Parts: sequence; C-alpha cells; structure tokens
Amino acid sequence: MKQITVISGKGGTGKTTIVASLATLVKKAVLADADVDAADLHLLLKPQIQRREPFFASKMAVINPERCDGCQKCREVCRFGAIVDLQVDMIACEGCGVCLHICPQGAITLKEVKSGEWFISKTRYGPMVHAKLGVAQENSGKLVTLVRKEACRIAQEGGYSLVLIDGPPGIGCPVIASLGGVDAALAVTEPSLSGIHDLKRVLEVCRHFRVPAWVCVNKADINPENTKRIREFCQQEGTPVIGEIPFDPIVTKAMVFESTVIEYSGGRVSNEIKKMWMRLERSLGYPLDQDRPSKEGRAMNL
Amino acid sequence: MIISVASGKGGTGKTTVALNLAFSLTNVQLMDCDVEEPNLHLFLAPQERRTIPVCISVPQVDETQCTHCGKCAEVCQFNAIAVVKDQVLIFPEICHGCGGCTLLCPVQAIQETPREIGYIQEGNYNGLSFVQGVLNVGEPMPTPIIRQEKKLINKDKTVILDCSPGTSCPVIEGVRGSDFCLLVTENTPFGLNDLELAVEMVKALGIPRGVFINQEDLGDGKLREYCRRENTPILGGLPHDRRIAEVYSRGGIVVEELPEYRDLFLALFQKIQDIGFSRSQDELERTL
Repeated sequence: MKQITVISGKGGTGKTTIVASLATLVKKAVLADADVDAADLHLLLKPQIQRREPFFASKMAVINPERCDGCQKCREVCRFGAIVDLQVDMIACEGCGVCLHICPQGAITLKEVKSGEWFISKTRYGPMVHAKLGVAQENSGKLVTLVRKEACRIAQEGGYSLVLIDGPPGIGCPVIASLGGVDAALAVTEPSLSGIHDLKRVLEVCRHFRVPAWVCVNKADINPENTKRIREFCQQEGTPVIGEIPFDPIVTKAMVFESTVIEYSGGRVSNEIKKMWMRLERSLGYPLDQDRPSKEGRAMNL
Repeated sequence: MIISVASGKGGTGKTTVALNLAFSLTNVQLMDCDVEEPNLHLFLAPQERRTIPVCISVPQVDETQCTHCGKCAEVCQFNAIAVVKDQVLIFPEICHGCGGCTLLCPVQAIQETPREIGYIQEGNYNGLSFVQGVLNVGEPMPTPIIRQEKKLINKDKTVILDCSPGTSCPVIEGVRGSDFCLLVTENTPFGLNDLELAVEMVKALGIPRGVFINQEDLGDGKLREYCRRENTPILGGLPHDRRIAEVYSRGGIVVEELPEYRDLFLALFQKIQDIGFSRSQDELERTL
C-alpha cells in the first residue's frame, strides 16, 4: 500500500480539485481529507457518512470559584496569558496544566474538550475518511494523524493499494502530520511569485522529513515565464515536474456544479490530469492495482 | 484601528486585499501574520531595519542533580519529556514552552534554554511600516511567532494583519484582539463552505466582521444569501479581471498599476471604520 499527500504551501492553488480528479482515475484508493480546519473535498465527492466519532484531544483549565481564594498564582505562572480576572480564556488556554499544579487551594482542574468530529464515509470512488475541527479549536495535527491512521487501516483491511491524502496549506503542524511517513508528496503550485516562494518552502519541508516530492504547476499558461522558472528550479533540485495544467474556466464551472473536472468535461484540463496520473502511477511502481482486490474484497471494513 | 484579514479558504486574495488596502491609506503598519508562508515581502522588497529571533524556552536537565523521579514527565501535557530508567528524554519540537517541568521539579534540576523556531523582521517601504514573522522550515508551531509579532503593533497607525488560511490556531492567534476582521472569499462552493467556518470562528472571538468577495461576478447567489442570513455585511469586491491576476503573478501592486481600483479600497476602509465606530457607540451606550 502506498500513501501520497497532495500539498501546496500556498492555499488555493488547486489541491482539492486535483485530489478529486485523481480519485476518479484511481478507483482503488482510500481518500483522506487532511485539511481538517477548512475541508472541501466532501463538496465534490458527496460522501455518505457511515460512521461518526467525536474527537477529544485538547484539555482546558477550569477554576472552581468556590475553592478559589483569589491569590492570582495561576495568572503569574501562565505563559499564555489565559487567566484574566480569575477566569480561563478558553481560546488562549493551551491545557498545559501548570496552573493546576501551582494552585494552593486545589481549585483548578483540567477538563477534556471535544475538539471536533471525524467520519468514515462511502463515496462513488471508494471509502473516504474526513473530519471537522470544532470552531476555534486546536490540535489539528493530531486530528490529521487520526484521519490518516483510519484511512490506512481501511486500505490494509480492504486490500486497497493507495491512500490519497488531501493536505492542508502552509508548512506547520498539520502539514507535517500529513507528510510523516508517506511514500511521496505531490506539490501543487501556480506560476505566481507567491506560488513559487511557497513551493520552495514546502519542498524544503519535504526534504527535511525525507519525503520524495513531485510538482504539478496549475494554471501553467497564466504566466509562462514563471512556469519556466519553476521548471528550472525543480530541475536544479532534482524534483520532477510531472504535470502542467492549463488555465480553463471549466475548472471553476465544474466546482460550482459540485463535480470533478474529469466528470464534468473531457477537455484539455482532464487530459493533462490523466497524463499526470499515468506518470505518478509509473513512479510509484506501475501498475498500482496489481493486487487489485476482488469486488467482494473491496467491501468497506468499517 | 487594527484590521485583520482572514479567509478560511486559501488563495482567495487575502494578501492582495491587505496589500492594496494598505497602499490606499496613509500612516499604515502592515503585518504579515501568515508566518508559515509569508508573501507580502515579495511585493514590497522592504528595507529591513532589524531581525529579531523568536525562541521558545525548552527544558534542559542537569543530570548530576536529577533523581529521575519522573515528576516532569508526569506534568507535561504534551509528552515532550519522558523519563526512562536513569535517563531524561526531551522532544523539543513538541514542547509548548509552558514551563511546568522547570517550575515543578522537586530538586530544581531543570533549566530552560531558548530554542529558535523562527524570526521577525521589521522594515520600511516608502513610508509604510512593515513587519513579518517567519517560521523556520520543519518547525510545527507558528503561534509563538505570531504572538511575539503582535507585540510590535503600533496603535497610532492603522494596522493591517494578513493572516494564514484555515480556521485553527495560527488564524485565531492572528485575528484575536483586532478591532475588525475582514473575511476575503470567492464566489464558489469552496469559498462559501470555508467562509461559513471562518464566520463561526470570528463570532466565537466576538469581533465585528465583514466580507470582501474576490471575483464577485463568478458563481450564483448563494454567497450573498448566506451573508444576509448571517447578518454579515458585504463590504466590497473585485471583479474577475485578468489584469489583476497578471499584476499579482509578477508581484505588482494593483492600486498603483490600475489606479481605477483605488476608490474601491478607500470605500472599503470607510465602511470598516463606520462599523467599528457604530460598535464603539453601542458599547458606550451599554456602559452608560
């Protein structure tokens, strides 16, 4: 079983569009949406939720006003400025618990906070694991790890040969959680100065964690000069550019229609994505579906 | 006045809006709070005044004093410290720097040493005061950098904060404490879905909010309907103009190259100010 994460550094370069399109081509993958704080893959793949679980990962300090004698020691030791007027600021509190150990009255406890939900679903292209981080909650990295673990379990038990992960933007904790131990990363960029700058940083993250990377330039014809710069940079770095997708308003139209580009049109964008998938599959060890499970074997293991 | 610019979905035009708003006004401090992927500097080439490293304090154990009692590992909520037989293992990348282990060690065997996780740069560009935070590659925690960066806020200026995409910790750290949050979105299903999440986040923080629609002529009426229902005013928008995308892609500034857009950003600022003003009026009346 192989795992690929689609990342980008910069947001809005087309990660989810690419993942949804690849999903229509692979037909033997478990899909995982690791962009847990702004998940969008479900809008295109319309998953039917089969299993729904709460996610508990963070803790928060609670002051019992009956025991509190107002000594302010908790406020003095808190490094996150989370204690204001002997009340805990739910958003600033990181749940470190230092206050509870220092309180002479034993008035502080840590309580578990529900920080989100995760789901196992069925889509027209196979099982999907996704999640929703609660409003103003933290620990998105842990939720990403959980989503990936479940996707891998389903893949292993159902004999799927690929886990396709839609990653978050940026380079911080959820990105690192979505990259750890995967077989390869596909970095989707666009030919703007920001796109190039952010691509360089996210490729450095891949190198730091020893994840091989490939690059896909989306809307490549919008600025051919910048696309050329990306190609040159990637050549120096030894990172293959495996796809150059032209700009086409059809992509937005497909999205507004809540469909993948491949299903919506057979045009040049679809063709380029198909070519990219062939290159990707070859690099991962072609053909991926050598040990493709039988129809019965592909039944979901929930 | 402190205005934060956020979005939920990435790539909707936060940086474009923050930048062009800043260039339409005077006496501005522009801050890049997207420390994972800061982009504003690409458009400004600012003259740098100083670079300040950002460190968090991580524990260091004096093995000669340590009794291996395990108290530090017990109090650490982040599993960043473990005691195995007669050895203390520290995992600095996941340490939040809360100081619990240092404070609670019964034999005071733990000291804290600073570990650099990124840096802040302060600079100037044609009278515009500019600050950016940068997270070092491989580091997971952007929030301490944003927290440090926001200490440099100059309240005598109009402060514009360009935040990261999403709705979790780094965005909250950026938006917290601002007087107004401008949510930039695009008129697509992804844009709307992520805007809904972002609106919930801003509501939880109790900050007045408004929406700016990029490529407003795309899509259907769902976005406007949502804003009406949620009582979230639409304060402006940019049309789908290929020239804007071209100016952006080579690092240009829209209001300088296409001056016809300047009025649009001035009107946007006026509306933000009006909302901020009516809110402070409300508060005044409530306290009276």
